[in-house]
Amino acid sequence: MRSLARLINVFLSLSLFFGLVLGSLGLLGELKAARSDDSPVDPPMVTTGEASTAEGAITEVVSNPESPMESPMESPTELSPAVLESLASSKVADRDVAIQALGRDDSDLAGVLLEGLLKGRLYLDRPSGALYLGETSNLALTWPNNGPLKPANPRKVAVNNRQRETIESLLGTRSLRDPDPKVRRAVSRALIGAPLTNSSLIQEFLSQETDAETKDNLKIILALGTLKDPNQNPAAKLTAINDLSGLYAPAATDDLKALAQGSDPSLATAAAQALRRLEAKAQHLALAETIFFGLSLGSVLVLIAIGLAITFGVMGVINMAHGEMAMLGAYTVWGLQTLWPQSPGLALIMALPAAFLVSGLVGGAIEMTIIRPLYQRPLETLLATFGLSLILQQAVRKGVSSMNVAVVTPAFMSGQWRLTANLSVTQGRVLIFFFCLLVFALVYLVLRKTRLGLEIRAVTQNRGMARALGVPSRRVDTLTFALGSGVAGVSGVALSQLTNVGPNLGQDYIVDSFMVVVFGGVGNLWGTLVGGLIIGLANKFLEPINGAMLAKITIMVGVILFIQRNPLGLFPQRGRVASF
Amino acid sequence: MKSNFAHRMILALLVALCLSLSVPMMAQEAPKSPDTIKVGILHSLSGTMAISETTLKDVLLMLIAEQNQKGGLLGKQLEAVVVDPASDWPMFAEKARDLLTRDKVAVVFGCWTSVSRKSVLPVFEELNGLLFYPVQYEGQESSKNVIYTGAAPNQQAIPAVDYLLGEGVKRFVLVGTDYVFPRTANKIVEAYLLKNGVAQEDIITYYTPFSHSDWQSIVADIKRIGGSGRKTAVISTINGDANVPFYKELAAQNISASSIPVMAFSVGEEELSGVDSKPLVGHLAAWNYFQSVDKPENSEFIVKWKEYIKDPKRVTNDPMEASYIGFNLWVKAVEKAKTTDVDAVLKALVGLSTPNLTGGVAKVLPNHHLTKPVLIGEIEDNGQFQVVWSTEGEVEGDAWSDFLPESADLISDWTPPINCGNYNEKTKTCLGAEKPAEEKK
Repeated sequence: MRSLARLINVFLSLSLFFGLVLGSLGLLGELKAARSDDSPVDPPMVTTGEASTAEGAITEVVSNPESPMESPMESPTELSPAVLESLASSKVADRDVAIQALGRDDSDLAGVLLEGLLKGRLYLDRPSGALYLGETSNLALTWPNNGPLKPANPRKVAVNNRQRETIESLLGTRSLRDPDPKVRRAVSRALIGAPLTNSSLIQEFLSQETDAETKDNLKIILALGTLKDPNQNPAAKLTAINDLSGLYAPAATDDLKALAQGSDPSLATAAAQALRRLEAKAQHLALAETIFFGLSLGSVLVLIAIGLAITFGVMGVINMAHGEMAMLGAYTVWGLQTLWPQSPGLALIMALPAAFLVSGLVGGAIEMTIIRPLYQRPLETLLATFGLSLILQQAVRKGVSSMNVAVVTPAFMSGQWRLTANLSVTQGRVLIFFFCLLVFALVYLVLRKTRLGLEIRAVTQNRGMARALGVPSRRVDTLTFALGSGVAGVSGVALSQLTNVGPNLGQDYIVDSFMVVVFGGVGNLWGTLVGGLIIGLANKFLEPINGAMLAKITIMVGVILFIQRNPLGLFPQRGRVASF
Repeated sequence: MKSNFAHRMILALLVALCLSLSVPMMAQEAPKSPDTIKVGILHSLSGTMAISETTLKDVLLMLIAEQNQKGGLLGKQLEAVVVDPASDWPMFAEKARDLLTRDKVAVVFGCWTSVSRKSVLPVFEELNGLLFYPVQYEGQESSKNVIYTGAAPNQQAIPAVDYLLGEGVKRFVLVGTDYVFPRTANKIVEAYLLKNGVAQEDIITYYTPFSHSDWQSIVADIKRIGGSGRKTAVISTINGDANVPFYKELAAQNISASSIPVMAFSVGEEELSGVDSKPLVGHLAAWNYFQSVDKPENSEFIVKWKEYIKDPKRVTNDPMEASYIGFNLWVKAVEKAKTTDVDAVLKALVGLSTPNLTGGVAKVLPNHHLTKPVLIGEIEDNGQFQVVWSTEGEVEGDAWSDFLPESADLISDWTPPINCGNYNEKTKTCLGAEKPAEEKK
């Protein structure tokens, strides 16, 4: 009885350890995310006074371009009735006119309204014609000052994607005046490829700009504008191509292609040259990306296979319900996030130890009730666990919902990290990669350095001898299985950030995880790690060549051929103890 | 000996558990009684498709209960016969046969995936049953025994492409799950794009396995394609489960709806209810119905549905509206024919119309398709759609696409004198049971 208590103690402290280490990892991520300059920047308020009346095609609706304002929030600009009318119109084209007019209006109010439009927070009260900002339940009167405080019949002023793009571009151009170079950098980067609304303004910013990267971005924006413009002469286009040399501007690819096939010979050669440089650079970036994608896919495969490497690899139990253990882990995230809706990030981190416990306990129970009577009978084990996986799925369908459940991706798991100016990697994927290595290291340490690990290895190598020496083999079996299931639960927490959380989650991964374990070598943890990463990389290198569908099949065939020649996988167990 | 006993105990336990799970489904197969009209419901309640199909079963049960409260039909009560084909395509055919021969149902509402419909089709034609199929599909089919209450490609895909072309999109990436609906829909879309002057190299197609979850490479490709200058949009025929990881990856790689919009044909309110929809805001979907459509009949339906299902958070979607229209049409047709005899009901159905939930009218055409409005919606952060575009009135469903050479001359007309599902207008012949050349491959 004492030894059982001790083993449970190990189990509990392990899960606590998981929680602590990963919690700090998550917090680290959050801090990093806060510092990352790639996080979305809200275009700040525009300072007034800098008169820059834009030249636009539409001239009939200009609202007070020259009236200076001291404190715009207290005495808002006169919005011309024409703008208001087009804003209220149900026709998309009319709202286009309103947006252009607001874009040419330099006032704070126009900026605020544009931002409201962009975020879907601008409401128009039909009877009074007043404008409000906020949510339906909490609307603040924005214009005019003497409008009713409570709108009678507020309707959201809807914009579509194209209009949102235009607004982003208009607001972005305004934000180029921001004193913070980081803001200018982010905004100028976002403006590349967006429709050029005002080239002379960009030119003006370029002449004043001090930050190198922002300067480059502005140059690209202007050159792109020239290349796209059918009214520009060949000489101007040639200058634009020269301006682009030394800069990486994939957005120019299409225009360069068209020019390279154009009639002007000198322009065509210059364009072809620029295109070659561009494509060479793009290839390098694509290679780097592919390696990252491969490692990331590999890490996901390793993560779900580690638990199986313990139950199948070490114990020799074919557990078809392994995927459902991961599913339980993913539902734990959902459960905790439902309990603490205000802090999804904390819930995610706390879900790590919780999922380890939940899946571990379920796994232990399964071992004691279903698997124990079936040792040495692999076929029956397979059938029983397969049936169990169906039961668990249907139980979740009936108990929770047959629908997928919504798991929130917290801030530290979303967004990108910029490695270089042109290469960004997905933050969540990087964290999952390191998380996978961490889980691997922990499982490895448990098997190699703890009393439980020693007993597990003793029992799997020679059950009779281990029992003779006083190892409680049944309890060790239960705990081994619980450990494997618990690790599967932890992998489910990671999966919840990448894919659907629903009753079918486990099914989608069970074949892959068996493939990794068999390929890597049954009974060898290193094999699972290396095998998973190799399969991930191979998959991602094949995908661009023959498509996602064929890549998967090719990998499958490759693994089968490999196993035929090397039945024991990449890292076969050698020596006397290898019983497989 | 002891372990053998334990082993048997476990097996017995497993069997008992399986049975206990299937009992509620069997319980609904009530004993036959002569005074009722039986309505078959053939939707998966377990397996992969349960996520979508369970809802339609609930809608139909609600409509049947409501009809019974109104006094039933032809003086008889309606009786639902619910079967569970468990997302297993051959099982659909088996259960359909059971419904028609053993339970002798007057009508069947069911199927979701095209492959399940194809699987039951021969059964309905052999036994002369009547099936109402409620989901948007790839077309290129018309059966005497099926009423297609979902959209044909010209009621979804073609208007959606028109919208994108109108928004200045010059390059299209078609992404789909590898099975019959995306393949056929993409073929039609591609033919239509080429006809509208989009260059072949500006149409890029990707297919993925079911439940594809690692979208990194494809999304990076989309980003590269979309970032090379020309305005790009994605047309997605990605099925069910694979959508969430796809949209998550789009968000993770910082692709916003304003730079590269995604137009989806299989993402509706129900799919979004399992998703953190913030990263999806602004992406598009084309349907014939959205929950957000502000019409009194729609509000009434939503209130009834939430009351029936006892969950204020449940949403409504396009296939639910199609089921609603289908059920109302059948009731009207039976009242008109004064019998539930399939041939009489089919005769009564053509030309019949019933109000839809978006303020218009759904009319049964001679080709067994309906008239439907087409709406384009943008995803909002509450998982609902904001309608940004819609067709002027209803569009007539076209069974055979006019944009594919092999079906351009075909029409379907189940009224005399043609009475044929694949009638060639050029040669004035009915191809009859013979499938057109394209299908045989």
